[in-house]
Amino acid sequence: MSPSSLKLKLFNFVKKASPTRGVEYLLTWIGFSIVALIIFSAIFAPYVAPYDPTKRVGDLLESPNTRFIMGTDGLGRDIFSRVIWGSRTVLYITFLSIAITLICGIPLGLLAGYVGGAVDSILSLIMDAMYAFPGLILAIAIAAALGPSEITVAIAIAVIYIPTYFRMVRGQVLSLRESLFVEAARAIGAKDRTIIFKYIFPNVITSIPIVLSLNAADAVLTEAALSFLGLGPIVPPTPDWGFDLRMGQVYLAAKIWWPSTFPGLMIVLLTLGFSLLGEGISEILNPRLRR
Amino acid sequence: MSKTILEIKGLKVYYYTRDGVVRAVDNVDFFMKKGETIGLVGESGSGKSTLGFSIIKLIPPPGKIVDGKIVFDGIDLIKLNEKEMRKIRGKRISMVFQDPMTSLNPLMKIGDHLVETIMAHEEVTREEAEERAFALLKEVGIMPDRFHDYPHQFSGGMRQRVMIALALALNPDIVIADEPTSSLDVIVQFQILDLMKRLKEQFNVGMIFISHDISVVAEVSDKIALMYAGQIVEFADAISFFEKHLHPYAELLLQSVPNIQLSDQKLKYIPGMPPDLLHPPSGCRFHPRCPFANSICKEKEPPLIEIEKGHLVKCFRHK
Repeated sequence: MSPSSLKLKLFNFVKKASPTRGVEYLLTWIGFSIVALIIFSAIFAPYVAPYDPTKRVGDLLESPNTRFIMGTDGLGRDIFSRVIWGSRTVLYITFLSIAITLICGIPLGLLAGYVGGAVDSILSLIMDAMYAFPGLILAIAIAAALGPSEITVAIAIAVIYIPTYFRMVRGQVLSLRESLFVEAARAIGAKDRTIIFKYIFPNVITSIPIVLSLNAADAVLTEAALSFLGLGPIVPPTPDWGFDLRMGQVYLAAKIWWPSTFPGLMIVLLTLGFSLLGEGISEILNPRLRR
Repeated sequence: MSKTILEIKGLKVYYYTRDGVVRAVDNVDFFMKKGETIGLVGESGSGKSTLGFSIIKLIPPPGKIVDGKIVFDGIDLIKLNEKEMRKIRGKRISMVFQDPMTSLNPLMKIGDHLVETIMAHEEVTREEAEERAFALLKEVGIMPDRFHDYPHQFSGGMRQRVMIALALALNPDIVIADEPTSSLDVIVQFQILDLMKRLKEQFNVGMIFISHDISVVAEVSDKIALMYAGQIVEFADAISFFEKHLHPYAELLLQSVPNIQLSDQKLKYIPGMPPDLLHPPSGCRFHPRCPFANSICKEKEPPLIEIEKGHLVKCFRHK
């Protein structure tokens, strides 16, 4: 898809996304706004956040007020600033893990689907075994084994989703491999490399953005869960939503709700944003789903 | 007399399915001279497409060439490996498929299909390849300004024109056309046949025209090869085939062609079913449906013999 046609599609999409066009469009538009806003604030965190997120700037556990709109935490740091800076951590881990997933999952799926035979059997077996594990448990095991750092957490999360992409790509390659236009390409003497990269791959990638966005939603949750369990990517005092949620929850018994609620809400919000966006992309890309 | 470009001897192509061995092409002999058009006719499942695909060695699994020779321009294609075969495909033998709606890559521009093909086989720059692609599109009646369009913007007839341009892009010796007009409506069918006839003369390319529709084959072919149950049962000049076909199957087949000029409205057909190639009948494979069958037909397989010069038939009635 060329950039201009993408822009056009986006433009039409925005035009369509008025409430009269149905709830789905509105929800997609909301999803896009949420994700865009969070990405924007992550990029411009130094300008958006009013205080240094790692320094004490007020009293301990101040309830939300005009100076600290989300209050302060147990160390007197501004929760709003921590939430803004924390989006950097979660987005970074999310995108890194998705990049790793794509780099591993897609080529393996292409290979297994196209070559078939023993390669396919072995790869499918491994992937099915990985798929059989509960995702979070697998991530915890890997994160614990590799130790806490950004790249290891990203790998731990990526491992959960590689089988999804592998299966999806492999399945499509299997059907595309038998399609008439691939047959026709062989009949005019095209090389395997040409067939994979010019005939099969472009027809596979169109379905990836949908799954990608939905996986991003899941990755946000997994990252938060790992941080919550103390297996997160960061070293305190770097802000991270999952970690802050854990630090804040001890105060809940004392009815001090703000240190845990705001990071928790952000996790929910970003997850929701990615989910709505994913549904929306599948609507844009798949005209058959349109009413 | 021009020289023989393709000669097939004793070709056997079997499909090894779970239920057993399907003898889709069983002991076929066949030859073709340069620039000739051969119409390969038969019912569905008679092995005509398998025969076509086996010439470029693209039989879908579980199919296999079991025995025989495919000699193309002095080279036995059976002995070639995949890499050598790739140089033949498209460049010297190319193919036009039945369904033009799905035989083009939906995400590749029309012109790029041609450019890719040319560049895969010849050492040319992209500019040269594009220039040739433009000329080819013009040749098959597609405006060059459609060069950058995608397949979904084309109709079935136009896509088949593109497929023909693709098949002719490298000036091959043989084009195998597997039911190229079957999925098109009658008017477009006529245009495509016309185009193929014209280009065949212009490019001096030989053609194997596979079809179940004997009236379409009659339109384009110099020679007719009639297939039944994986075997060629009659092979003759088109004129002599239509004037004095010898095999009972040919007779029944020609009678069953619907004709709007006949006052007799009753649709004729050949009684019985095409044989199950998992368990082909003994002797002559047509004997269960043949009105002239006698005891020898059940026991022995008739040989393909030459009755007149260039007119071969596989039947005991003619000796």
